[in-house]
Amino acid sequence: MGEVKLFRTWSSPYALRIVWALKLKGIVYETIYEDLANKSSLLLEYNPVHKKVPVLLHNRTPICESLVILEYIDETWNTTARFLPEDPLARATARFWAKFNDDRVVTSIFRAYVTQGAEQEEAIGPALENLDIVEKQLIGKNFFSGESFGFLDLVFGWIAKYLGILEETGGIKLLDEDRFPHILAWKDKFCDIPVIKESWPDREKLITKFQLMREHFISTAAGSS
Amino acid sequence: MKSVHRKMTDEVKLYGFPGSPFGCRVETALKLKGIKYEFIQEDLSNKSADLLKYNPVHKKIPVLVHNGNPIAESVVIIEYIDDIWKEVPILPQDAYEKAQARFWAKFIDDKCIPAIYNSYGNVEAVAEATEPLQFLENELNVKGKKFFGGDNIGLVDICACYMAFWVGAAEEALGIKIMTKEKFPKLKKWCDSYINCQVVKDSLPPRESLVAYYKWRFGKAE
Repeated sequence: MGEVKLFRTWSSPYALRIVWALKLKGIVYETIYEDLANKSSLLLEYNPVHKKVPVLLHNRTPICESLVILEYIDETWNTTARFLPEDPLARATARFWAKFNDDRVVTSIFRAYVTQGAEQEEAIGPALENLDIVEKQLIGKNFFSGESFGFLDLVFGWIAKYLGILEETGGIKLLDEDRFPHILAWKDKFCDIPVIKESWPDREKLITKFQLMREHFISTAAGSS
Repeated sequence: MKSVHRKMTDEVKLYGFPGSPFGCRVETALKLKGIKYEFIQEDLSNKSADLLKYNPVHKKIPVLVHNGNPIAESVVIIEYIDDIWKEVPILPQDAYEKAQARFWAKFIDDKCIPAIYNSYGNVEAVAEATEPLQFLENELNVKGKKFFGGDNIGLVDICACYMAFWVGAAEEALGIKIMTKEKFPKLKKWCDSYINCQVVKDSLPPRESLVAYYKWRFGKAE
């Protein structure tokens, strides 16, 4: 099916979605690790608009934006189990929730992680409200995608590891077991999937990185006020 | 094979607001495919129980309700329409071309529109507003066709209706220049071609109302 390369960083949760997708489909690919402080000329050529990872290169043609890449992979390697449902309404519903995760859930949790004091206290409310909505989505289901895991699990998958890291480094507690029993149950099942289990970046490295990132954001914010 | 969601008589309702570019996108898609629908105008300061029921997460328009099933988010709605009604396709067939269309639609929503909107009533932000537009200009240059979708309008053209119509109205209302012919010759030409399409004309709000709205919302007090 052609030559496949993935431009990624070791830590990006968005790139990790693509790693999962490629492995789940059994696609042979080459990984190119980027240092975002020193972007390669190839990355700038393949993603001139955003200059970000992930970028999938399929037969020398680049595809950017993780959700776009996931759908591309699903449509192109379509003889194996599909990530997205066949039914148009179910597909639309999945796309709606993917957008909700990327636009709302991620941004609200990130804000809570990257702030401190009163600002952080203020940010926790919306983050929890968005997680309440996510929790509701899992009622009566094994996975976000239903009986078996699929597209939406790849989209929400970052929660299974990165949320804990943001909590620890941000000094916040979001995933309370009384309030979010379904998310916690899903997290265990998701992490049991072999491809998922073997693909997480090193936890200690992630803690260090997200600690530094938070310090950087806080000092930048302080400097500009 | 017809979708299981189609019935002998489909019931299609669109909850929207006439000045909304996002609702306009969906209307254009429906009209392009000749789909009969009922437009239900929402008062955004007094949202209907139906809207809150059909879009409890965002409580926003547009919402499409097809045979009782609600779909929200304009691009998600358009992809749904394209999946169900196969005539006059809006997205390309080819997986790569489809990925490109989705990429540009997301770019318009994530980068172009927020940057432009930010510049209303904030003159310093106008330069920033034009940066993302340069990428759209290049895309038209590289493609060398009448529309982003090629010879016919597609997803990206429909999403870019904001640039085709709303920006011009804001420029007139506020006496600002964002999309000049000098900087964006291809984009300006595309705007003319796009708003001259009949289905687009039929989906646009009256220009004077839009200009009046922008004057009221962002204009300096006189």
